[in-house]
Amino acid sequence: MATTACFIIVSRNDIPIYEAEVGSAAKREDAAQLHQFVLHAALDIVQDLAWTTSAMFLKAIDRFNDLVVSVYVTAGHTRLMLLHDSRNDDGIKSFFQEVHELYIRILLNPLYLPGSRITSSHFDTKVRALARKYL
Amino acid sequence: MAPVAPRSGDAIFASVDRVNAELFTLTYGAIVRQLLTDLEEVEEVNKQLDQMGYNIGIRLVDEFLAKSNVSSCVDFKETAEVIAKVGFKMFLGVTASVTNWDADGTCCSIVLEDNPLVDFVELPDNCQGLYYCNILSGVIRGALEMVSMKTEITWARDMLRGDDAFELQVKLIKQVPEEYPYKDDE
Repeated sequence: MATTACFIIVSRNDIPIYEAEVGSAAKREDAAQLHQFVLHAALDIVQDLAWTTSAMFLKAIDRFNDLVVSVYVTAGHTRLMLLHDSRNDDGIKSFFQEVHELYIRILLNPLYLPGSRITSSHFDTKVRALARKYL
Repeated sequence: MAPVAPRSGDAIFASVDRVNAELFTLTYGAIVRQLLTDLEEVEEVNKQLDQMGYNIGIRLVDEFLAKSNVSSCVDFKETAEVIAKVGFKMFLGVTASVTNWDADGTCCSIVLEDNPLVDFVELPDNCQGLYYCNILSGVIRGALEMVSMKTEITWARDMLRGDDAFELQVKLIKQVPEEYPYKDDE
């Protein structure tokens, strides 16, 4: 399992709708802000890259010291972004694909407003379990 | 006398027109979503769903009787069995079971293990009081009222609230004798 991993989902309107620290490293107080900062800085690159390829998984698109940003863009232009320090492309790809499926189920819930925060605890548990499995 | 074993609804279900399950689920979801937006109060939404169900039920019962060829039920027990085994199968494609009879046979539970209405659904925090499937209770109430049975229906268990099944408690209040609203000379 990766020592550092921060996963966020950004809606098409550039609003973060889900965040999770899924790394096994001991929490540093400033880490959360740093991770957010790096991920948000990568959004511009995502925007440029997303239209150059038909693949949803954009692989590693940005780095900060030893941290790498991998991104997966859904058809609805929701971005699943992962900040990590491991080099496990296959695992990350599978992780994104399965989270994508979970996200679709959330989206199909008639009581969920697209673009609003994902508060489902079920989703949270599943994402963390997937992170343990693949990262 | 023992209730006659009702036929299952499988044959009828196979012969009626059907729609895609997801289309059905999402359409119902959209209705609930819209009601929540329009009425704002969860309580009001429950009431409205029940009323909509009632309006469906009073029409649906005719369709049901015409297509299912069930003979008239001798008692409330048989009625409940027919609803669970034939009615639910015919219109929702699932079978329910009837349990928890009280001593005088006027109150029972219809238990649904599987409910196509709630695929994908998860209640958010601000809708905890919502009975998402309240339309079903309205349908049964409306249908029974048309065959002269006044009932009261409440939800005893709800999967969306963490229970293991859906349980509708059906209570027969009274059998209304048939009334003739018209005088002969009118």
